[in-house]
Amino acid sequence: MTLKLGQIVDNLGLKVVTGTDLLDREVQGGYTSDLLSWVMAHAKEGCLWITVQNHQNIVAVASLLGLAGIIVAEGVEVEEKTREKGEKEKVCILTTEKSAYEISGLLYQMGLGK
Amino acid sequence: MKKYAADLHIHTCLSPCSDNDMTPANILNMAKLAGLDMVGITDHNSAENIKAFLEAAHDYDILVIPGMEVNTREEVHVLCYFQDMDGIMEWQEVIYKHLPPIKNNKDIFGDQLVVDFMGGVIREEERFLLSAVDLSFDEIVKQVTNLGGICIPSHIDRPHNSLIYNLGLIPEDAGICAVEISKNTLYEEVIKEIPVLKEFTVIQSSDAHSLGEILDRRTYFLLEDLTFKEFTLALKRIKGRKVILEI
Repeated sequence: MTLKLGQIVDNLGLKVVTGTDLLDREVQGGYTSDLLSWVMAHAKEGCLWITVQNHQNIVAVASLLGLAGIIVAEGVEVEEKTREKGEKEKVCILTTEKSAYEISGLLYQMGLGK
Repeated sequence: MKKYAADLHIHTCLSPCSDNDMTPANILNMAKLAGLDMVGITDHNSAENIKAFLEAAHDYDILVIPGMEVNTREEVHVLCYFQDMDGIMEWQEVIYKHLPPIKNNKDIFGDQLVVDFMGGVIREEERFLLSAVDLSFDEIVKQVTNLGGICIPSHIDRPHNSLIYNLGLIPEDAGICAVEISKNTLYEEVIKEIPVLKEFTVIQSSDAHSLGEILDRRTYFLLEDLTFKEFTLALKRIKGRKVILEI
């Protein structure tokens, strides 16, 4: 099952931090982890990645793997440098107050990863 | 120029995970036996024992570099070094402001002993020193640099609390010139795993938590003389100063 980023944003009430023009991107699945090397080794192209990391390297990792986007969860604020990088690298960064656990569950409920 | 042997990552009895006999005299005598010219004193998120080490060092031909191993928001361990007491104390104030107000449970984590230069216990530090501070890796490097210090990411080859593991890669423009590899690996092995490290100065340190772990002569600094200034020049590979790894 695939979904558009925009559908997910609307459904889960996510805030779009970067990549307002990228919301028609297709999302192939989800991936949740905060260890970036682990993400680099295991996340698949087209996945929406859920993390509490807000360091600029999340953009590098998402761009390297061709991820559909990043959800920074748990109300963590996205650092300025990360935001700038996201704009530059055309990586969609979304935020939510919900926990990484909850947002992962909601995405799964929407059919992502099934 | 002359070669000076260094072990730049040693925990004292202040770090809860260290032995209580990691006192100034014990560490400096062990460093002397190991043939070291330079030691870095690097407790977790604190510099309470630096004064004692600088005082004790008067009786030795060893340069003590005031340091601290900070646990960043991303749980990356990074070594922060300063020239003198003023620098490290200013930095400690910053770190304490960003350290969560959790008290140490010494039955679980161990003692956090503040000692004098003779090794006598002055008090026990109450703040739990192993927590992550609420500052990012990039912010820490920036602030340390602004205060005249220098940062080296710890044990970059290790699968926990390391820059490469936790943050995937060395952040662009973060201002890192040197990295540390842990004592149980070889330069060649690490380079095979992480080729980008060829572009950085690599030091090897013990991360000693007990006396027996203090490293023998393995990391050498080629310097004009034994000063903090020269030490930073070598890390940046300026004016012929450099670091040489020997096994």
